[in-house]
Amino acid sequence: MSALFKGKNGEFLLGPLSKNNPVIIQVLGICSALAVTAKLEPAIVMGLSVTAVTAFSNVILSLLRNTIPTRIRIIVQLVVVAALVIIVDQILKAYAYEVSKQLSVYVGLIITNCIIMGRIEAFALANKPWPSLLDGIGNGIGYGMILVIVAFFRELLGSGSLFGCRVIPDSWYIANGGCYSNNGLLIMPAMALILVGLIIWVHRSKNKDLIEK
Amino acid sequence: MNKQGNTYTFLYSVVLVVIVAALLSIVSLSLQPRQNENRQNEKRQNILSAIHVSSTADNSAELFRRYIKEQFIINAKGEKVEGNAFDVDIAKQFKQNAEKRELPVFVAEVDGAVKYILPVYGAGLWGPIWGYLSLNGDKQTVYGTFFDHQGETPGLGAEITSPNFNNQFKNKEIFSGDLLTSIRILKGGNATGKNEVDAISGGTITSQGVEAMLKNYLSYYEPFLKQR
Amino acid sequence: MENLLNIFVRSIFIDNMIFAYFLGMCSYLAVSKTVKTSFGLGIAVVFVLLITVPVNYLLDNYVLKAGALQWLLGNEAADIDLSFLSFIMFIAIIAAIVQLVEMIVEKFAPALYNQLGIFLPLIAVNCAIMGASLFMQQRDYASVWEATTFGLGSGIGWMLAIVCIAAIREKLKYSDIPAPLRGIGITFIVTGLMAISFMSFLGIDLGKLKPQAPRTETAAQPVSGTVQANADFETVNQ
Repeated sequence: MSALFKGKNGEFLLGPLSKNNPVIIQVLGICSALAVTAKLEPAIVMGLSVTAVTAFSNVILSLLRNTIPTRIRIIVQLVVVAALVIIVDQILKAYAYEVSKQLSVYVGLIITNCIIMGRIEAFALANKPWPSLLDGIGNGIGYGMILVIVAFFRELLGSGSLFGCRVIPDSWYIANGGCYSNNGLLIMPAMALILVGLIIWVHRSKNKDLIEK
Repeated sequence: MNKQGNTYTFLYSVVLVVIVAALLSIVSLSLQPRQNENRQNEKRQNILSAIHVSSTADNSAELFRRYIKEQFIINAKGEKVEGNAFDVDIAKQFKQNAEKRELPVFVAEVDGAVKYILPVYGAGLWGPIWGYLSLNGDKQTVYGTFFDHQGETPGLGAEITSPNFNNQFKNKEIFSGDLLTSIRILKGGNATGKNEVDAISGGTITSQGVEAMLKNYLSYYEPFLKQR
Repeated sequence: MENLLNIFVRSIFIDNMIFAYFLGMCSYLAVSKTVKTSFGLGIAVVFVLLITVPVNYLLDNYVLKAGALQWLLGNEAADIDLSFLSFIMFIAIIAAIVQLVEMIVEKFAPALYNQLGIFLPLIAVNCAIMGASLFMQQRDYASVWEATTFGLGSGIGWMLAIVCIAAIREKLKYSDIPAPLRGIGITFIVTGLMAISFMSFLGIDLGKLKPQAPRTETAAQPVSGTVQANADFETVNQ
């Protein structure tokens, strides 16, 4: 088993978590990322869905890579990804109905999530299925991680709760004689962008080699 | 076989499309019953919350049977028409002309008292909002409300789902004498009257949407509400 | 007409693809280094949205929706619901139209092709295009004209956003920005600030500008306010 993760393979899985993170370094997949981060729960489900789709699409296209006619390459990729996304959507509607309502159109937008197409083009079409699987899982988790970080701050500071449970004591609020109030601005879409900007700031301060000239 | 040739490309796409279509149809058909059940359970839960009965997806069907004694459809003149009230799609009916709409009514019995539950539907800030309004047997005072929305701002407009907002409606009056006044939603904690409630702070446009939605739907049901 | 104008203005300013829904962010961030190229991409997006949204609208309403096939197969088709196929059909239509547009432009307007050419393939996977079709489906527009207006408005809104950010980024080159924020970091933050400023357009509803004969929908008592944008902070905050 350990042989499977030796050398480069481990890197494929762990690289995307920090040094090669799809969201903050490769700048892919922002589109659907930020709109679902007002609360933690949809952010986690979105992260898992994207991980599942990237992993499976990477494997499937890696298996097919020597058979695909070049001329219809993009269409074949889109069809495979779209089919996987429909399956994810149908499963969510059947087994996680509440969350699927919150994600609404953003499930469909996984199809055009640049991470998926980007990893297929850049990795799966040139590599064997096993490394492709690791690469897909790694990138999916790297993406989900950023979603969760953003959602954590937005839900905590914006709604005073985590996973829908209140964590800021009621007595702190101004209405109840305290001196605390939720920051409504964090719930606005705009703050998600600013938070990602701040994450990039922190991350690049720690990894000086990533700073752009 | 030449992998870049026309025949190969054509066959490849045909095979791919057939496999994908078959796979998707199987998934869709096998999950459909569950999805429909989810949708129906949600509707039952929503209707039950309008009469202050909290339910889960699992027990909603049973509670619905216990509380809802009768359901029927009326037209714009207040006459009963044929059909199953539970299956009426409010969003679809909303698009039709007012005279042609099918208006469902659910009659519930809570602790021996009759309650009428009426669906409402309208527009918020970002998209549609909808809900259920329950009236006491006198068809005059409000018993409870339930509101939901598609994409109102969390923490602001989306607060129309909160208990604080909904609880205000209890015992408010929709008629003043013979005149249908509906319920006004006022800004800034000014609500004092028998037909006034406070708007959501920061959710002005959504609150106005709720006000307009209640007014519209109560006016559609007016003939029915006046049959005392 | 007023309804169309309302949808048009709303989709440019209020439901802006970038500032309200973050759609098309990938190309927005990647191609916004100079105003000239971003203008080119913007035009291409407007063009493709203008075609794909109405085409997908017709597809959705006459093929995919529950009972939509009745016009072709008669009453037996009332139960056919193909909406689970909508994702795959939409993306296929988009990819096909992008390909078609590319070929037509190449053939008949080589000058335009030289400007747009490199952007067209990028557009098939631009979330804004797919997003517009999905929003069109979700919002259930009443006619193909409304859908077309929505497509055009969304495209113009997207173009407006990318041209604005490109202009700002051109100037940012001369600013003293903390090193770790340079490049992509500051672009995120500037976009966030722009999104906040776009929030001031919230509540504009052209349908309420003119006093209308009371429709059944809005009934006698008018819902207060004409243009809400100048209302109190609470409203803007929403």
